[in-house]
Amino acid sequence: MTERRQFLRQLAAGVSTLALAGCDRLTSSQHMAEVLGFGETFTRLAQDSLLGDGLAKEFPESAISPDFRANGTTAPDSQAYLDHAAAAFSDWSLEISGMVAHPLKLTLAELRAAPARTQITRHDCVEGWSGIAKWRGARLGPLIARAMPHPSARYLVFHCADTLELTLDGTGDYYETIALKDAFHPQTILAYDMNDQPLPVAHGAPVRLRLERKLGYKMAKYVMRIEAVESFADIGRGRGGYWEDRGYDWHGGI
Amino acid sequence: MAAIAEAQQPKPKLIYRHPLYVRVAHWLNALCLLALLPSGLQILDAHPAFYWGEASRFAHPFLAIGSAIGPDGAPHGRLQIGAWCFDTTGWLGVSKDADGNAIARAFPASVTLPREHDLGAGRHWHFLFAWIFVINGLLYLASALATRRFARVLLPAAGEMRRIGRSIRDHLRLRSHQGSDTGDYNILQKLSYLAVIFGLLPLMLLTGLTMSPSVDAAAPFLTTLFGGRQSARSIHFLSASGLCIFFVVHIVMVIVTQPLNLLRSMVTGWFRVGDAGAERERAAND
Repeated sequence: MTERRQFLRQLAAGVSTLALAGCDRLTSSQHMAEVLGFGETFTRLAQDSLLGDGLAKEFPESAISPDFRANGTTAPDSQAYLDHAAAAFSDWSLEISGMVAHPLKLTLAELRAAPARTQITRHDCVEGWSGIAKWRGARLGPLIARAMPHPSARYLVFHCADTLELTLDGTGDYYETIALKDAFHPQTILAYDMNDQPLPVAHGAPVRLRLERKLGYKMAKYVMRIEAVESFADIGRGRGGYWEDRGYDWHGGI
Repeated sequence: MAAIAEAQQPKPKLIYRHPLYVRVAHWLNALCLLALLPSGLQILDAHPAFYWGEASRFAHPFLAIGSAIGPDGAPHGRLQIGAWCFDTTGWLGVSKDADGNAIARAFPASVTLPREHDLGAGRHWHFLFAWIFVINGLLYLASALATRRFARVLLPAAGEMRRIGRSIRDHLRLRSHQGSDTGDYNILQKLSYLAVIFGLLPLMLLTGLTMSPSVDAAAPFLTTLFGGRQSARSIHFLSASGLCIFFVVHIVMVIVTQPLNLLRSMVTGWFRVGDAGAERERAAND
């Protein structure tokens, strides 16, 4: 009797160990990466086809989080960035380039003068926490329309000032890509104010992308240059963003 | 002698208890549970704290797992539930990695998928099996509704509710197999299966979807329904805990009643009824 119980216990332990070890091996195998990628494709298709262009919920001032967390880089340390920050970004300008007919260079003052939107929205981190803040920024759609993207441009690349991982080939520099059409969603803005104050360095000064309806890692901070491209296969490690290159999904909607 | 004794007992007979779609759905669900639970813990590892409402109040989680360096200079794991705090070193907060080093992690590597901390991979596993779970569940619901299975098998008959007290007493004495000679579920089985199929599992799906900012924008009633995204995340965790309890009780009940007969019926569909079979298996168990 006790022998049988012991056997069953050992069997259960053995099976679970084997299963878990197998899963670990599976995770790192190319074949399983494709199977897991299939799930990701399915999720993206479902999001694109079912979810439409609705607005993310907006909140009253009373809902603003007193303890909105700053994640990822909170203080970029390149000399160029430090110089800009010391001058309150007065010499800084945002470049919109790549596959566009009219490349733009916009100072912070010009960005502040562009068509703007203010929204109090919830920020959802991939880690699981949420914070609510009031964002004001230039609507990205009109800016991109001004630059006149080439008909074959499909994505926007956000090149950022921060380096999260030191690598020899520069693939540790933060960047993100979004679908060009998402730039024209009314809530997609380049935020320069947070809770009625200039965007703090910890939250991405001088501007961060607000791409409501997506997870936080899609919303690049410290944006220096926006590039219109047809494909992001040649950028970074080719998966469309710093975190995407390290295993996160590109759609970032769940 | 034994042959004579057996001949005097009622003859066991086989009934077809589980149609194919129920068996396939059952085992796919088991597989999904075994992938979704550990990958869920892997995801939870990135921020093992729970809040109510839309946003996180980081200083006031109602449940959190963390670690701190103790007075002895070693890392200690702690579980905080409301105002209570428990030292959970070795299990939660601090556990040993594959090389035996104590590391600060919410859950031990043995219960997360994959084992090493990897939020991206955990999410891929979780969403892949979430799709299988959803498609499997929809096919099961459609088939069961089409064949009126819920009405025939799971809905308690009038009068059955009145015997619930006796059923609870029987279960507590591990005598639930008594009277199961028709292959019908008893009242506690019916209620718990109904609670899982129409309660916990839909709740898992809906609270999971509510955590998606894209889904929330398309279906704003979801956050209203659950009282905010962080509430939905907490309910997701609590109902997953409920599923764990169901899973454990379910396995225990199978093992203490008629493990081989029940297992066979969920594999082949055929269930042996008549006390002779049950008695024989029980005797083999004792």
